Amino acid sequence: MTGKLTAKDFATPQEVRWCPGCGDYAILKSVQKALADNGADPANTAFVSGIGCASRFPYYVETYGFHTIHGRAPAIATGLKLANPELDVWVVTGDGDSMSIGGNHMMHAMRRNVGLKILLFNNEIYGLTKGQYSPTSRVGTKSPSSPKGSMDTPVSPGQFAMGCGAHFFARGVDTDKAGMADVLHHAHAFVGTALIEIFQNCIVYNEDVFANFTERKNAANTQLHLKHGEPMLFGEDNGSGISFNRDTWSLEVVDAATSPDEVLVHDEGNAIVARMLIDLHLPVALGVIYRQPAVSYEDTFYGHHPSRMKRKKSVKDFIKGPNSWIVE
Amino acid sequence: MNKNNDLESVVIRLAGDSGDGIQLMGSQFAVSTALAGADFATFPDYPAEIRAPVGTTFGVSAYQINLGGGPITTPGDAPEVLVAFNPAALKVSLPMLDKGALVVINNDTFTDRNLAKAGYDGDPREDGTLNDYQVVAADISHLNLEAVKEYGLSKSEGGRCKNFYALGMLLWMFDRKLGPVEEWIKQRLASSPIMRDANVKALHAGHAFGETAELSANLAQIKLPVAEMEPGEYRSITGAEALALGIAAAGELADRQVMFCSYPITPASPLLHRLAHLAELGIGTFQAEDEIAAICAAIGASYGGMIGVTSSSGPGIALKTEAMGLAVSAELPLVIVNWQRGGPSTGLPTKTEQSDLFQAVYGRNADTPIPVLSASTSGECFDMAIEATRIALRHMTPVILLADGYLSNAAEPWRIPDISSYDPIMTNPVPDTDDSAQRKAFTRDPKTHGRAWVVPGMPDLMHRIGGLEKDIESGHISYDPANHQRMTDLRTAKVASVAEFIDDQAIEHGPDSGDLVVVGWGSTYGPIYQATRKTGTSFIHLRHLHPLPRNLGDLLARFDKVLVPEMNNGQLTALLRASLCVEPIPFSKVTGQPFLIRELVDKIESLRGTSS
Repeated sequence: MTGKLTAKDFATPQEVRWCPGCGDYAILKSVQKALADNGADPANTAFVSGIGCASRFPYYVETYGFHTIHGRAPAIATGLKLANPELDVWVVTGDGDSMSIGGNHMMHAMRRNVGLKILLFNNEIYGLTKGQYSPTSRVGTKSPSSPKGSMDTPVSPGQFAMGCGAHFFARGVDTDKAGMADVLHHAHAFVGTALIEIFQNCIVYNEDVFANFTERKNAANTQLHLKHGEPMLFGEDNGSGISFNRDTWSLEVVDAATSPDEVLVHDEGNAIVARMLIDLHLPVALGVIYRQPAVSYEDTFYGHHPSRMKRKKSVKDFIKGPNSWIVE
Repeated sequence: MNKNNDLESVVIRLAGDSGDGIQLMGSQFAVSTALAGADFATFPDYPAEIRAPVGTTFGVSAYQINLGGGPITTPGDAPEVLVAFNPAALKVSLPMLDKGALVVINNDTFTDRNLAKAGYDGDPREDGTLNDYQVVAADISHLNLEAVKEYGLSKSEGGRCKNFYALGMLLWMFDRKLGPVEEWIKQRLASSPIMRDANVKALHAGHAFGETAELSANLAQIKLPVAEMEPGEYRSITGAEALALGIAAAGELADRQVMFCSYPITPASPLLHRLAHLAELGIGTFQAEDEIAAICAAIGASYGGMIGVTSSSGPGIALKTEAMGLAVSAELPLVIVNWQRGGPSTGLPTKTEQSDLFQAVYGRNADTPIPVLSASTSGECFDMAIEATRIALRHMTPVILLADGYLSNAAEPWRIPDISSYDPIMTNPVPDTDDSAQRKAFTRDPKTHGRAWVVPGMPDLMHRIGGLEKDIESGHISYDPANHQRMTDLRTAKVASVAEFIDDQAIEHGPDSGDLVVVGWGSTYGPIYQATRKTGTSFIHLRHLHPLPRNLGDLLARFDKVLVPEMNNGQLTALLRASLCVEPIPFSKVTGQPFLIRELVDKIESLRGTSS
């Protein structure tokens, strides 16, 4: 293709079939725009998804797309990336798909640092199967399969990623265009596995579960937008900041005007602070929380391969084995 | 066995503790045998435990080899020579022997403690247990330690040379050259010169021991004829080696790279190990986190334009079934190798069985047909790997190739094929039309129903695939009832169309009509071949199990009775009954051991009324 592409060039003629008002629409728009803005080549881009509402995503992006089976998208995407490391490979998954049935594949994709951009749409509920509690649902979530409230402690995708040895973890909110543009840009540029947890509103089965920090009127006071090298400030006129309490070994909110020296500067390479930021409740940490450059799995794979996957010899060179003999 | 035998063939069984190096000794003996021009077949028979408790019967590792003039197609029914390294090995192996067999035992291990561990009340050397056999009792441990004394090794290090001492004896007994084994030791142990020299010394000392008649006069050299084999260049090969080379050859014939994705499992792992050594043939090996990830990564690689291959054994194949359905739905090529083993569940990991036929043909949710092939011999694994890949690429479908634990490890002489004589493996071209990319990707060849292999990275052909039902024409998602019927019919027709490309079923040997035909599949080829030859019975062996060859029904109809011996509870029997309306007679054996020739001969004779 020639000329600069726009978001519209990444839209397919397919009718989008998410519920009206679903947060997925906004994410789709942000991704289409990010692809255009970051100069993605549609022919060299593939979206691989699992099963769930989020996993319908590839049908709506004018690139290559593979809608696979429940939980397995990271494994299929790993094979695709190994077969063609030049491709931009995106994985689209939900909280059930990635943290429940597909947890194992997520773990191994991240620890290997395969060059996959993983968009985890977290709505804390099973949508496509009609509203059961999910692995990220909070304890006590009432659902058709947990009428008295769910019992399981929710998994934190961010802590899971850190525990698996992920090298990139970021967060965004479905309707926050600027924030999404920022994390998608950085994820796209990252060499290795980039996991983005997107807080996504399911208006049918779990409406407003994130409203306490996503509502626009409160957003300034409840969202901490992180930028590498900049102080962790938030609130009206950036009046509040995040500091480290040496007595409790935890992060806390301080008045940025009275204690400017206490405010931490975001160092996205600091894994310990990243873990604390992931657990911060209000404000909720957004943006690139952790980024630690490392060699990608596909680079190591091709680097270790004696002929970088090229056919350098013929079967004829190997077929005789160590000993052969002639029968006249 | 008589002195100075001139035998047609001989069956030798080497047995000892798992740590005695029996498998190594056996495989080296096989190589020497091969280089001397004998036909042979081997059967490594070892426990599931890596180092089972020393001296126990369940820790016995054995290697059986049948060698001679041939044609030899099985490791032999009853060993004529047994080399038992300890009482447990004797205890386990003795019931397999016919009277008169030669039994070589390692005297040094026949201590009270080892006898008790093996479950002997007395000493079998003295209580008459061995009266019906020719016994050569040699102090192998002691003689070996004497031989390697000059190297100053510890007792345990020195003791580790005893398999080569025994191999030296064996090589003398069968008049084989020491050179190839010596070369092998020198290469293998190049980095530890002392162990290298000690093992070479042990080998020569064992050989000299035989030669200088220090051994009992019972032990005489056995002369075997050179086998009459088709002219050509030969090598010794196991199923795992042949399958690895076959996959590599398929990649070369298709001019595609191969991505082999698997998770370690017995007895499938040797294929992963072999392929890891063939990387320069454009082969990548990916050890996945589990069986599901393995097949999924292979599917991902196929989606990316490489030949995706995965391999496992029954329990692992069970885990892969959902993903096989995805490959069927997405119409992607994939080769799935199943090295069958005894089951259900974990079953008998190191013992052979062929009980995953139903799993291969039927074992998926919904109507999800997949072509199924099987390899009959170690060498044939090469051709079947090529055939599986050819079908996968031509019809754009996953293909299951059934092998088994026996084939994985069993070695035989193999005439090295010339791969330039094989037809290239073709894929379907992208249609040159004005259609949308989506439609182009799902335009199918009318004969094979295979679609074009459009892969990410190709310009202007962006499209979407997946596990949801799609419109037969446009390739877009479709829930239309009539379309689902058409797609189901299409998937059925696709697999059925494979039969149009395979040769008519031939008869291996015997008359083409009559009172009885024996039908086999997989690794039972060897014993059925011998039993039907001995009894002059017709023999048909299947390589294509789904779909079956088109003429098979007509062929079987020419016989009054159809006997199906198989190492399962009658699965091919049921498949033939369902597919061809024949009523075969099942003959099942599920002991984890291959069929013996005499078991088959007895069954054939009883059916033909020719029992002697």
